[in-house]
Amino acid sequence: MKASTQLKNPYTPEPMRLIRRYPLTDDVHFFQVRAVNMEKALSLNYLPGQFMMVSLCGIGEAPFSISSPPSRPGLLEFGIRRVGRVTNAIFKLKENSILGVRGPYGNGFPVEEMYGHDLVIVMGGLGAVPLRSLLLYALDNRDQFGKIYLLHGAKRPAEMLFLQEFLHMRNRDDLKCFLTVDQDDTGEWPCDTGVVTRLFQRLGEIDPENTYFAVCGPPVMYKFVVAEILKLNVPKHQILMTLERRMKCGVGKCGHCVIGGYIYTCLEGPVFSYWDVIHMKGLI
Amino acid sequence: MRAVKIKKEHLNNFLESIKPFGELWGPVKKGDGHVLEKIEDFSRLDLTALRTKLPFKKLLLPPRFTMFTFKGRKADATFEDFPNRVIFGLHPCDIYALTIMDNFHNLHYPDPYYHERRKRTAIIGLSCIPDELCFCKSTNTHNVEKGFDLFFSDLEDFFLVWVGSSLGDDMIRACSEFVDENVGHDDLKKYIAWRKYRDAQFKTEMDLTGMPGIMELSYDSPIWEELGEKCLSCGACTIVCPTCTCFNVIDEVELGKLEGKRIRQWDSCLFTEYSMVAGGHNFREARAERLKLRFTHKLQAFVGKFGEPACVGCGRCIGTCPVDIDIRTVVAQLKGEEVSA
Repeated sequence: MKASTQLKNPYTPEPMRLIRRYPLTDDVHFFQVRAVNMEKALSLNYLPGQFMMVSLCGIGEAPFSISSPPSRPGLLEFGIRRVGRVTNAIFKLKENSILGVRGPYGNGFPVEEMYGHDLVIVMGGLGAVPLRSLLLYALDNRDQFGKIYLLHGAKRPAEMLFLQEFLHMRNRDDLKCFLTVDQDDTGEWPCDTGVVTRLFQRLGEIDPENTYFAVCGPPVMYKFVVAEILKLNVPKHQILMTLERRMKCGVGKCGHCVIGGYIYTCLEGPVFSYWDVIHMKGLI
Repeated sequence: MRAVKIKKEHLNNFLESIKPFGELWGPVKKGDGHVLEKIEDFSRLDLTALRTKLPFKKLLLPPRFTMFTFKGRKADATFEDFPNRVIFGLHPCDIYALTIMDNFHNLHYPDPYYHERRKRTAIIGLSCIPDELCFCKSTNTHNVEKGFDLFFSDLEDFFLVWVGSSLGDDMIRACSEFVDENVGHDDLKKYIAWRKYRDAQFKTEMDLTGMPGIMELSYDSPIWEELGEKCLSCGACTIVCPTCTCFNVIDEVELGKLEGKRIRQWDSCLFTEYSMVAGGHNFREARAERLKLRFTHKLQAFVGKFGEPACVGCGRCIGTCPVDIDIRTVVAQLKGEEVSA
């Protein structure tokens, strides 16, 4: 245990500049940041599904999924809901403010294993944030994937994250994009209404052995969505979901994100397969 | 492993001669128990102490410490110069716990706060005779072969001193005039007799083999509800546990200023907010769920990860729990054994 070298401190944040922000919905805003140090900005590498710890010294620190794809290096994007102490403070920041950011942490999606497969992305509510990273990554590397589907559900049109971005995607011919809202209170909603599981009718024929599903949404969504996917006979290990837990460190030490006594969500998650869900208790 | 002998009457000479190795810490009597304190006056050392109220972890990761200071948004994580320390009198259970701590804090992202203190901490172990709360024989942590620099086996008029590291060897050399290098067959006989005597003193025996499977099958057991009804969520068991490491992180700012510090402090998986995320969703709202997490972590999780349970049988949680939740009884209940309440 004796060593004279001092270890790199994984708990100290890297200064990043808020370069752009705008509202996605009333309480969810888009934040684009870049490491102040250009070299660090360009060398930051991550996987879709990984997360960063975002810090405001004096307020606190919390984990946030990365919403940008690693295939567009230099910038980090987050979709942040104003819901607690740290996010309230983040919402007060103007462009050019400096935040502390450290990471990336977590396992992320096994994108290389997913190469060559069809991909169905099912997102609900805030689940759009991490899955947007995977979706854009797949589109940026379009020749690596088979068919790509996006199923996205929100309560109302005004609550759909990345609404304009996804509405435009409906015009692309390299993916099938289906959007739904529980209730259309505008009378002008151009897509489906109903819960996200209803969009499964739109998928058409799926080649289950050759398809990966990626799911993220509010805790209540998983049960219903997974039931639909299982009906299609997709192998359990090809049903991937990314989960939320309380985290204070992100590096497998503070204990808060532990599931079932031994799974550190920050190390072995936040992306888990349905097989994990079956054999580890307490995941969803 | 090399072993030497030091006569008991020379203990103070030994302690005097190892002063250059760092501050001496050891058990002293306080109230109805013992605490680990800095020792300047050797007579305060109480070698009859069994478990200190708080384990050694308070020295390696203090209950509350500054991770870094900040001015505005700029963080400064310069480490203070930690003193060299020698902890005297750690018993085998705590030394096992220390090796668990070492492994845990070196895994994945090595923890610099632990590492910086640990590398300046020398460990001198001391043998002991169990009391009614000790069950280290059941956790197989009653004999140690690693994790210490020196280990003192108390054999009536002398200590048989096991040299566990190069640093330990330096300590022995620092007081060579009080060290007897001739360890012979008689000493071995004494040592074996002592071990037999010690092993016969355990009041609790339990079989922990196969616990992971039993825990798995007990996931929906009503036992957790019953224990949850009893538990007060006070977290005392986690505070005194030598292998509990959970922490919380909070920022403190000086009133009206932009300067402050990020503080790390002990947390407990039994506290209500432990698994609560922003927005109020609590992944472990029920006390039974939190208690189950603690026992699963100790008896199942660690076995899967490190091949041994994270319980070292020190008995601290049993002696500390205000409502008498006893890990030995919990294990017996989980195994379907009759338990007299």
